[in-house]
Amino acid sequence: MERIKSALRLAFAAAEARLGRLFPPAWNPLLNLGALGFFFYWIVTVSGIYIYVFFDTGVSQAYSSVEYMTRDQWFAAGVMRSLHRYASDALVSVMALHLLREFALDRYRGARWFSWVSGVPVVVLVYVAGITGYWLVWDRLAQYVATVSAEWLDAAGLFGEPIARNFLSPQHLSDRFFSLLVFLHIAVPLVALLLLWVHLQRIARPRINPPRGLAAGVLAAFLALALVYPAKSQGPADLLSVPTEIGLDWFYLPLFPVLERLPGPLTWSAALAVFAMFVAIPWLPPMRRPKPAAVDLANCNGCGRCFADCPYNAITMVARSDGRPFSSEARVDPALCVSCGICAGACPTATPFRRRAGLHPGIDLPERSLAALREAVHAAAARLTARPRILVFGCDFGPPLGGLESPQVGVVPLVCSGQLPPSFVDYVLSRDLAEGVVLTGCAEYACHNRFGNEWAKARMARARDPHLRERVPRHRLRILWAGPLGYGRLRETLDSFARELALTADPQPGKRNPSVLETGHA
Amino acid sequence: MPDVGRWFGQSLILAGFVTVIGFFSQRPTLVVFPPDRAQLVVSFAHGAERREACRRLTPQEIARLPPQQRRPNTCERERLPVRLVLAIDGNQVFDGVLEPTGIWGDGPSRAYLKFALPPGRHHLVLKLEDRGRGDAFAYVSEREIELGAGRRLAVDFKADAGGFLFYG
Ligand code: HEM
Ligand code: SF4
Ligand code: SF4
Repeated sequence: MERIKSALRLAFAAAEARLGRLFPPAWNPLLNLGALGFFFYWIVTVSGIYIYVFFDTGVSQAYSSVEYMTRDQWFAAGVMRSLHRYASDALVSVMALHLLREFALDRYRGARWFSWVSGVPVVVLVYVAGITGYWLVWDRLAQYVATVSAEWLDAAGLFGEPIARNFLSPQHLSDRFFSLLVFLHIAVPLVALLLLWVHLQRIARPRINPPRGLAAGVLAAFLALALVYPAKSQGPADLLSVPTEIGLDWFYLPLFPVLERLPGPLTWSAALAVFAMFVAIPWLPPMRRPKPAAVDLANCNGCGRCFADCPYNAITMVARSDGRPFSSEARVDPALCVSCGICAGACPTATPFRRRAGLHPGIDLPERSLAALREAVHAAAARLTARPRILVFGCDFGPPLGGLESPQVGVVPLVCSGQLPPSFVDYVLSRDLAEGVVLTGCAEYACHNRFGNEWAKARMARARDPHLRERVPRHRLRILWAGPLGYGRLRETLDSFARELALTADPQPGKRNPSVLETGHA
Repeated sequence: MPDVGRWFGQSLILAGFVTVIGFFSQRPTLVVFPPDRAQLVVSFAHGAERREACRRLTPQEIARLPPQQRRPNTCERERLPVRLVLAIDGNQVFDGVLEPTGIWGDGPSRAYLKFALPPGRHHLVLKLEDRGRGDAFAYVSEREIELGAGRRLAVDFKADAGGFLFYG
């Protein structure tokens, strides 16, 4: 399992890197899967409302009202109908990719269980919505879908009167039953939306809207599809005959032929087992849950930077409890904390310069503390013998750091690039522990902890608190956002950085104009 | 990469995506029923008689009941099973006992049977017994049917409509 997962992870990283060469980093579709899911949901909603105006909810008129849209109104309602179908299919696709990606990146354990588990019923509801949608057209496909799904529900004996009997003959099918389907098709997506709101409760500033450019491109592509290849019905349903050959929607209905052929008890137990397994995934071994961040009140001045930077809503600012003259203090909800350390990187009291008191930030990860990080810096720096000496700070999810170490290059692992307080860079350079510092981690917009690299970049660019101090010569810092496949690029960066540092062995740090300090856009 | 190239690449990716979506939303097609067959569906939900008919309670039985539950009659809810026999062209294709549904066995018995038949004329015999009398069928129906390929005949059962009903 772990091997499949890491293969999947590398596959995603490779695909993301490929797309990253075509799209601006923020537009990368694979880094916008959740947001694209919402975008398709909105397209489905708007187009659904539009076609509902033309839809006749009576059994005998449903088909002809849909035909009217597709034929007489092809330029408006027809396009909307196609968008409704195709955006629903796209919703399933991006949802599947999103689920797979979160799984591959191992982002479903620990405090993240909540997002995972709340996502699982969304899958079910999206499928129920899609399947009932296909009933409404009341064409040959609808007849097949209705019969098979009704027979499957009846196999569980959930209803007093078997619902498949509604499709026994034209006399058996009532307008009332059909209206019930219409109601379901509207109500189920609304419940799904409610669940999606729950889904995002533990996510600070969730990205629910794709960047405008990407959204426009996607919409244009789907409009083109709707015009070139409009969604069509497959002939009116007729309960006095059997549908023989039909075009299935393989996004929503791939299991229908299976449901039809296998015995009900088998398919039902399989479905329930799969559902239960999906819900249970966050608790399957290997369990590893690092200790959550902890606040050290003696060093917390209530500035709120950790609160502003936590990507998982795990920190709240509450009234001061120790009587010191600050208005508030940080409090961590351990159930929400994913132990990314971004808060420690944000804390102004997390400075390695403090000698006497030791390094006690206001907030820190007990198992991977900043004090230990400073030790690691000293240890790595002490091994460097060849100049220019370079210290690489790299996160657990970026380019692998093993094998980089040499007399010239030292390596200091971080939980997340956002864990590094900018004062550490100042510390390394001003204490002459190295000539250069490299900070590396996940690719842009692909941070494992959502905002780690974004905050790190802004802090180093002195655009977000805590700033990198002005006295730090920026050309002695290199930043590379490259992801797990970025080893080669990291090596190249190190080589060119070393050459540059050798040339600019700089007697008066800070006087030179900073050269480009960031690579990683290409 | 020059901007035009990237533009082109982006369009290509999006075009590829919508092509996949458009294609698999209706293709490949699937044969879900053999085109050279006709379908017969036999389905009903029918409650057989109660296992025990309602009867008067004896005065002793009434006296034994708690005062607020005393009543003159008692009716057991549990139903008998339904026996269904179906023969097509002289071959018995189904002979089964359909148990009542519901936790108390008080719900209707249900049948939902599907058969694929070669097209043409067929002779159907349907028998149903709901009084627990074995071979003494309360309802018997015989019928000649003619079904073309792809046609569908449904058979329902309603006691108050006189027995088996044919739709096709
Ligand atoms: C249409 C359905 C879905 C939509 C629209 C959706 C949307 C989103 C969005 C917008 C985020 C926040 C991303 C961010 O800003 O970093 C998110 C996070 C997440 N989603 Fe979904 N989601 C859907 C279904 C699912 C499903 C089915 C699962 C898995 C069973 C899932 C698992 C997760 C997880 C684990 C996270 C948290 C990632 C983290 O901790 O950083 N989602 N989702
Ligand atoms: S960043 Fe540090 S000092 Fe500021 S509120 Fe958080 S723990 Fe306290
Ligand atoms: S480690 Fe800090 S920033 Fe990360 S989730 Fe926990 S409290 Fe939030």
